Amino acid sequence: MSTTALKEWPLWEVFVRSKQGLEHKHCGSLHASDAQHALQMARDVYTRRQEGVSIWVVQSSAIAASEPNDKNEFFEPASDKVYRHPTFYEIPEEVGHM
Amino acid sequence: MYTQSFSVSDQDDAKSAGLKAVPKETSAAEQALQAQFDARIDADGRIEPRDWMPEAYRKTLVRQISQHAHSEIVGMLPEGNWISRAPSLKRKAILIAKVQDEGGHGLYLYSAAETLGTSRDQMLDALHSGKAKYSSIFNYPTLNWADVGVIGWLVDGAAIMNQIPLCRCSYGPYARAMVRVCKEESFHQRQGYEALLVMMQGNQAQKDMVQDAVNRWWWKCLAMFGPPDADSPNSAQGMRWGIKRISNDDLRQKFVDATVPQAQVLGVTLPDPDLKWNEARGHYDYGQIDWDEFWSTVNGNGPCNRERLGARVKAWNDGAWVREAALAHSRKQQQRQMKEAA
Repeated sequence: MSTTALKEWPLWEVFVRSKQGLEHKHCGSLHASDAQHALQMARDVYTRRQEGVSIWVVQSSAIAASEPNDKNEFFEPASDKVYRHPTFYEIPEEVGHM
Repeated sequence: MYTQSFSVSDQDDAKSAGLKAVPKETSAAEQALQAQFDARIDADGRIEPRDWMPEAYRKTLVRQISQHAHSEIVGMLPEGNWISRAPSLKRKAILIAKVQDEGGHGLYLYSAAETLGTSRDQMLDALHSGKAKYSSIFNYPTLNWADVGVIGWLVDGAAIMNQIPLCRCSYGPYARAMVRVCKEESFHQRQGYEALLVMMQGNQAQKDMVQDAVNRWWWKCLAMFGPPDADSPNSAQGMRWGIKRISNDDLRQKFVDATVPQAQVLGVTLPDPDLKWNEARGHYDYGQIDWDEFWSTVNGNGPCNRERLGARVKAWNDGAWVREAALAHSRKQQQRQMKEAA
């Protein structure tokens, strides 16, 4: 555990559900001393005009992300599998919508 | 509320101001990354925080976004001055909401800048030490209630002109922050204009206050768009990088053209004898802006520079115990939880 006192409040990522039935969407970040504080700040910073009905906050340091440099290797395997898309298949017109 | 589209060097990075379109000698790997970056910019793509970007692009963005954030924060002061003296409860509630929005805009922007690897404390240090610039428009005083209306109408009006193209900025987090800001900015302009409409239905003294405020702010607002294109050496680089989309002079012209009819409806005169419709250009012509006055204010000698910075530093220092107490509280909670779990 680090013994040096933290000077800056840690950074949190904020996710807001704009209305019931929709997913939480990332909308930005903020500094706060703890989770409760982060929720309160998120309400003030990101939902001043009823933009949300629910908020998630997570410490930015807890997020694992894919490397932009690996983008090609990481995502490419999917690009030659066109047969995963419905448009790959030709269906006679008389079948109609399928 | 924002800020000139001028890219003023902060005090100690004057050295890096001479950005070049062509980067210095680099390794083959770096050249490949640069080529990838250029191709994405050319295709009007977006750059995200963890993508490779040229160091000068990163530096320019950190400077511009943090200056923008500082402007929002310092911009709370001239209007905050009138919260306790607003003429009615309704106007007071509106003004509090607006000033709160400005604070929020500052926070969106600080976090956008942080994605580039600078810390909040570094940016605030730069502001508080006087190293970082903010929009010089906020170094003028708000002398009467009509100033609050005029700031909404003209200063925020100019800000909107500047900020809308920034919603298409090549740097993703900045563009997204600007989308949020622009949505809220329209309320700022409309509340200001409406407050002035009400004053213009009042007595002669009230009408005179509006005209006086317009006279004092008009030229400052035109200067907000930054120096003429011919004197903006960094503009071309900003355009090349997709940070800047429309030139200073074009934005200024758009603002003048949009504002003249609004002034007519309001019943005020814009203080410029050279302001007239130019049939051939299809635009309004306007007079000479006093750039010496503008630069003198940017360089710290405006009427309120010291007061504004002093107010920010005092607020930061007075709030130190709150920041520390919040951290201490959070540590105590954590320890309590650990003890309970044990």
